[in-house]
Amino acid sequence: MLIARLFVPLHPEKCKKMNVAVVKYNAGNIYSVLHALQRLGVEAVLTDDAKTLTEADRVIFPGQGEASNAMAYLRERGLDRLIRELRQPVLGICIGQQLMCSHSEEGNVDCLGIFDVPVLRFRPQAPQDKVPHMGWNQLERPATPLFRGFQGGEFVYFVHSFYVPVCPWTAAETQYIQPFSAALHRDNFYATQFHPEKSGSVGERILRNFLEL
Amino acid sequence: MLAKRIIPCLDVKDGQTVKGTNFLNLRHAGDPVELGRAYSEQGADELVFLDITASHEGRKTFAQIVQRVAAEISIPFTVGGGISELSDVERLLAAGADKVSVNSAALRRPGLIDEIVRHFGSQVCVVAIDARLDEAGWTCYLNGGRVPTQRGLFEWAREANDRGAGEILFTSMNHDGVKTGFACEALARLATSLTIPVIASGGAGQMSHFRDAFTLGQADAALAASVFHFGEIGIKDLKTYLRNDDINIRL
Repeated sequence: MLIARLFVPLHPEKCKKMNVAVVKYNAGNIYSVLHALQRLGVEAVLTDDAKTLTEADRVIFPGQGEASNAMAYLRERGLDRLIRELRQPVLGICIGQQLMCSHSEEGNVDCLGIFDVPVLRFRPQAPQDKVPHMGWNQLERPATPLFRGFQGGEFVYFVHSFYVPVCPWTAAETQYIQPFSAALHRDNFYATQFHPEKSGSVGERILRNFLEL
Repeated sequence: MLAKRIIPCLDVKDGQTVKGTNFLNLRHAGDPVELGRAYSEQGADELVFLDITASHEGRKTFAQIVQRVAAEISIPFTVGGGISELSDVERLLAAGADKVSVNSAALRRPGLIDEIVRHFGSQVCVVAIDARLDEAGWTCYLNGGRVPTQRGLFEWAREANDRGAGEILFTSMNHDGVKTGFACEALARLATSLTIPVIASGGAGQMSHFRDAFTLGQADAALAASVFHFGEIGIKDLKTYLRNDDINIRL
């Protein structure tokens, strides 16, 4: 019964009332999150406006890009502090997850520090260890409500050259070169290294779980 | 474990898929978006859309197709065909493509790879190489395989790798359309000498050919067009076959 429920679209009334903001900043691939939300029946707003972000029911911090450039942009606009102080459920995706950590080896930059763990560069150990880690890989030990209904072994889509090590906030692991954090969770902050918006029906379930937290 | 990827490639001309698609009972089999969605539902891991239109009007139509794919399909997709400068890349990424593939333009002006990587990151830059094996070895070709160059496959692939490309899409012109299998020897040499993923292309005729591309050829992904379009190989059947052969596949 529980599994069947997960495939039911979000309740239309709940959707209409749900106020989702996506953080607008200098990262690529932000629109794919908006499209994925649209497929779930949610019209999110893309914004860097402090009031809109603070008052949203859900905030998504997505993107692809380079960490030090992204941090400089966020600091200039005071978005670094604003994101740290958000109280509603927040979901970081890919570079979003990395920026929520303490420090990144990419551009050697201090990040938001929501998760007290550094972001490291993948170091290949064998010829088959290609970097970027690109493609579909499996979630292991998925925990937190973000993965409600998950058993482990589900495939999600990754594209990244830097990773978050396994740490006390790890909410799911994936194996590539070594085990790393496929997802993090602390209080109201959730983050995924993979792209739920590009991970087919599995990704849609994760986004739906986030909206239903 | 990271799964090997199966990638159908769709040629698009004036907004319509070019090759025959008399399967799947699609109402609009000529619509690249509907065909792409059908492949996605069958388990394709990514999609490639190649624009083979020459006209300016056709290019605008292709950008609209890209927008629709981005809005309607929830797996990653690459677009290519006729990309010659950074503004082409910008336009296609803005329309919602996840990656772009560059071919002739990068051979003519390798600095294009650096520009794409600097502006948008390695992950969006697929370098496609068409090469033919002759007495002199593997030679790269321009313009869809019509014009030979002085560049060898392995040294050009290495240069693209070093300039920051995210993936190499290698098509063997000797094998393309012949349906006798991928160029596994050359693939293995690429896979072991490069630090980025390699996509095998050209030669798929049977399911065992995909297995060989992943085992003998050590490819990270395999791309095909006609065997999928004509329904000779179903993506679901192929993935089950590969999984039964102990290849890590997303099912």
